[in-house]
Amino acid sequence: MKAPPFAYVRARSLAEVFELLEQHGERAQLLAGGQSLLASLNMRLSAPALLIDISRLRELSGIQARDGKVHIGALTTHAEIERSAEIGRQLPLLAQAVPHIAHSAIRNAGTFGGSIALADPAAEWPACCVALDAQFVLACKAGTRRVAARAFFKGLYATALKPNEVLTQVEIPVPGAGYRSAFLELALRRGDYAIAGLAALAKNTRGVLSDLRLAFLGIGAAPALARGVMAAMEGKRASADAIAAATEALAKDLEPSADLYSSAATKMQLARVLTGRALTALATQQLKTKYLVNPVHSCSSILR
Amino acid sequence: MTSTRMEQTLETTLTVNGTPVTRRIPARQHLIDFLREELGLTGSHTGCEHGVCGACTVRVDGKIVRGCLMLAVQADGRRVDTIEGLSDSGEIAELQEAFHRRNALQCGFCTPGMLVAAQDLVANHPGASRERIREHLSGNYCRCTGYQAIVDAIEDVLAARRKRNRQD
Repeated sequence: MKAPPFAYVRARSLAEVFELLEQHGERAQLLAGGQSLLASLNMRLSAPALLIDISRLRELSGIQARDGKVHIGALTTHAEIERSAEIGRQLPLLAQAVPHIAHSAIRNAGTFGGSIALADPAAEWPACCVALDAQFVLACKAGTRRVAARAFFKGLYATALKPNEVLTQVEIPVPGAGYRSAFLELALRRGDYAIAGLAALAKNTRGVLSDLRLAFLGIGAAPALARGVMAAMEGKRASADAIAAATEALAKDLEPSADLYSSAATKMQLARVLTGRALTALATQQLKTKYLVNPVHSCSSILR
Repeated sequence: MTSTRMEQTLETTLTVNGTPVTRRIPARQHLIDFLREELGLTGSHTGCEHGVCGACTVRVDGKIVRGCLMLAVQADGRRVDTIEGLSDSGEIAELQEAFHRRNALQCGFCTPGMLVAAQDLVANHPGASRERIREHLSGNYCRCTGYQAIVDAIEDVLAARRKRNRQD
């Protein structure tokens, strides 16, 4: 289908964007990479009166490391993150996640901030930001504020963003030496929406895990930290017994909701499988590449 | 001040296959519909219109994108290359020949998008493995061939180029 009619303005400055948002509020919609917005317009799931195209605001783009943090501009594309040597060095979790995001043609246009502001429950970046304890910079005419990723995602496509605010930048503390990360995702085909996924990070001191973070995507309405598992594994080696014991806590940590294809029980089982794989990977960094690159071909192979 | 710039149609200038084009474009029109309906460049196809099938794949400023997930007005000032341009310039001649030889198409609906995506891989990842080819084409659906012949054709082109480079 085709998008409904709307007015359009290509913003020349953030000040102009703030002004337009003050005037039009929820009747206006920001257009960044457009990879979700245009699909939803085409399907007539959304009908804004005004599209404010922010995609040419260069100040919202780019990756910079300083003061122990990586600052990622909201308009930085998935492909720019994929190609960034800085990201590969400082935030390997993002580099591990990016191949799971749709396809090359979409990664060339879609943006980091757009994915976060939309808060699709199956999206990769929100879970990564929760795992990495990122801060989001939200700006409006009155000024800027910072909101932690862990407080930002409120539910299904619901965030702490107010109608007059723009997500301008994401600040991610660089994990220190000794940290390892893993990003796992189960999808029917490469690039499809995740059935379940897990962004995982921990400090590994000669096989002992600490400061563990496990953030799930595709399980509930918003990214979910598995706090019970994290606590159960703190200071432990990832032996088969320890993993099995810690994974028990998932039942309290997660509230899976069924989607069109997978029941809540299936999602819980997949979360257990991913937890085991991720903990093993964080402990050994021997993550089998098949988990990273291959699509899942059958239920039997993902349930083991 | 700003309200005067809020419009439903916009004067837009872009370069399509090397030729500058200026048109007044409805803001709601996708790039793919602009190319097909305003310019008559019907080689790129309109398939799912929500970014899943890849039939509308074109290049904007040298990068492949979905023609259905970009507004034509967003291409203002940019360089757009379609299958017609890539074909006329000879850039994809080797891929076209390999697709023909390997019988890598049946109905042909997906083929222009496949070729644009394949050329992106051939140009940027000359060492791509068969698995990498499949990964790169994961965003382009073909409902006829089962993909094997398409992957074979792209693999042929990559192998031939590597062989030539070794001989140079």
